[in-house]
Amino acid sequence: MMRLVIATEAILFISLMITYVYFDLSVGFTKQSINYLDIKSTGIFSVLLFSSSFTLVQAEKNYSEGKIKKLKIWLFATIVLGSVFLFGQAKEYFKLLNNHFNISLDVFSTNFFTLTGFHAFHVIIGLILLIIVFILTLAGDFDRPNSTALSSIGMYWHFVDIVWILVFTLVYVLPYLLK
Amino acid sequence: METVNVPEPEESLPSTSISNDQGLLQWISTVDHKQIGILYLLMSVLFLLLGGVAALLIRVQLSVPNNNFLSPEMYNQLFTMHGTTMVFLVMTPAILGFSVYFVPLMIGANDLAFPRMNAFSLWIGLFGGMLLYFSFLAGGAPDAGWFNYAPLNQRAYSQSSGIDYYCIGLLLVGIGTVGTSINLIVTIIYYRAKGMSLRKLPVFVWMILINSFLIVAAFPPLNAALSMLLLDRQLQTHFFNNTSGGSPIVWQHLFWSFGHPEVYILILPSFGILSEVFQVYSRKPIFGYSFIVGSGIAIALLAFGVWVHHMFAVGLGLTVYSYFAASSMLIGVPTGVKVFNWLGTMWGGSLRFTTSMLFAMAFLVEFTIGGLSGVAFAIVPIDWQLTDSYFVVAHLHYVFVGGSLFGLMAGLFYWYPKMSGKMISEKLGKWFFWLFVIGFNMTFFIQHILGIKGMPRRVYTYPDLPGYTWMNMLSTIGGFLMSLSFLLLFYILHKSYKIGKPAGNDPWDAYTLEWTVSSPPKIRNFTELPPIYSYRAFRDLKENAKNNKHGK
Repeated sequence: MMRLVIATEAILFISLMITYVYFDLSVGFTKQSINYLDIKSTGIFSVLLFSSSFTLVQAEKNYSEGKIKKLKIWLFATIVLGSVFLFGQAKEYFKLLNNHFNISLDVFSTNFFTLTGFHAFHVIIGLILLIIVFILTLAGDFDRPNSTALSSIGMYWHFVDIVWILVFTLVYVLPYLLK
Repeated sequence: METVNVPEPEESLPSTSISNDQGLLQWISTVDHKQIGILYLLMSVLFLLLGGVAALLIRVQLSVPNNNFLSPEMYNQLFTMHGTTMVFLVMTPAILGFSVYFVPLMIGANDLAFPRMNAFSLWIGLFGGMLLYFSFLAGGAPDAGWFNYAPLNQRAYSQSSGIDYYCIGLLLVGIGTVGTSINLIVTIIYYRAKGMSLRKLPVFVWMILINSFLIVAAFPPLNAALSMLLLDRQLQTHFFNNTSGGSPIVWQHLFWSFGHPEVYILILPSFGILSEVFQVYSRKPIFGYSFIVGSGIAIALLAFGVWVHHMFAVGLGLTVYSYFAASSMLIGVPTGVKVFNWLGTMWGGSLRFTTSMLFAMAFLVEFTIGGLSGVAFAIVPIDWQLTDSYFVVAHLHYVFVGGSLFGLMAGLFYWYPKMSGKMISEKLGKWFFWLFVIGFNMTFFIQHILGIKGMPRRVYTYPDLPGYTWMNMLSTIGGFLMSLSFLLLFYILHKSYKIGKPAGNDPWDAYTLEWTVSSPPKIRNFTELPPIYSYRAFRDLKENAKNNKHGK
């Protein structure tokens, strides 16, 4: 089921990214990206998000081996990394908004906030799911490795990460490289 | 005999009547796939009445030239709501209703894989539909047509909040539809009876499987487009606003890359229903099982490569046109294959002309007319001449009504005894059939000619040009005949439910597993299943029993 959910979500993001690329071709679009966006700080936060996929794999591994204590640690690490990434996104949004760069400014801002906002929204959902699992783990509901909940959420979390690889490349890296 | 090991509660028995022991509460709180299926069908009927009234008001307005019965603003709202309602809130719930009711019964399962998600999908869809209709009270319904083109959908051109309700309503309906589709896919993949390989799946279940994949893939572009439109209208973004760098073409691409698959989403389940109906009433196996399934898959794949034929008038260049003209003609091939499959199924069979079979046979005629006018639109110059005329209106109604709805009607008359436990009077059923067929053709066939003569669609009135007046009047009379036939249908269904003859388990001597259980089925569908040898599992069982009796 989770694979089907991811399939339908993937097509949603493909639609959003194709729209982004379509407007990308208009005049002044990439220039805006280079002028406003802070590739270095977002790059660091992105690395943190990518490493959260690694920590979650560790959590899943320990869960399947029945090491519940380690599961708790790795789960917590994943949640922290995901939250720090969201904090980074929020920081960037506030900086942009303070510079009067808001969603209704122009075509670039419209596309930037929509695409990254949709992604951030999916990170939030992933975090909520992880926090639920974490609380249930603390309550002792994940004592034995017989639930598929964690691996389903894991699939979703990796998907959100992969989407960010594409979005980050499209929005930050490519304009920077091609300037 | 195999025992089923799908656990299911047994405490409350379903009944098709509202007045059972727990009353309305049981219907609202149900997670049983049969009750949810019936609720889907009732939802479809509710919105059919609303969408039908909108259609009748439109036809009254168009009955005479220079009419002022409706204002232009009201007319715009009514044709938008008519289209949106019929596509999203009538056809889709009817299809989902038959799917969630009969897919588990046909594959030998006791429920869908996720019963609570099934209930959630239904109620969120109903809520979305009610939000859409709430717009009438909130200042005005959406008024930019069911495909809601930019820039007409922007604040500057549509100031009431109708289109905001359109976005939110359809997002919710979409969530419900995608949820049910995922549910159906998982059910068909994992909950089939032991021994029922994919090659032994009934054709209806195959079509629902293909269709569910189509839904999962086609709705996201719509959701993306609706979200962007909502942002455009609420936060003044610039996706579709051409005065500030946005592009109305993006809306068209996103909408039609959903919208064209949607056309097949509405027709594939009917193909599945017809494949069952033709077999049973011809007393023959389906002609070319692998071809009918394969062509279904081909249609699903091609469906994503033809959307630009809705946009030939945009001016996208010759290369694009050539590609999409070719692909649009190509998709006629698997559809044609299916028509020959059904003709081959009937050929040499001992036909039984029940109401259901009549609808199936009429489908072949009406859908071929709709298909041929559709292929005409694949030819770019013809499209340029006829686009946005009544020819399009005639074409799409021949596909949606003559195709999808005729198929659903065949399914309704085929399965009604199973769902209610009562037979429908064939005599009244045939009255309904002829009234409906005559009304339908009277309403829409003449619109082909109106379109060729140049009458544009979506304009609230027309001048008294030669021929316009009598043709429109004829169309309006046909529209009233159709509504009359629907009133007759509701009367027939009600009367059959009250005083119809008891149906028994297998009134049609049918082939698939849903007919092995009682009518209506118990809350627990199966306690034991016959071994599965083919896609006609129940027929195999009956043949075996017959042979055993003769001591073979």
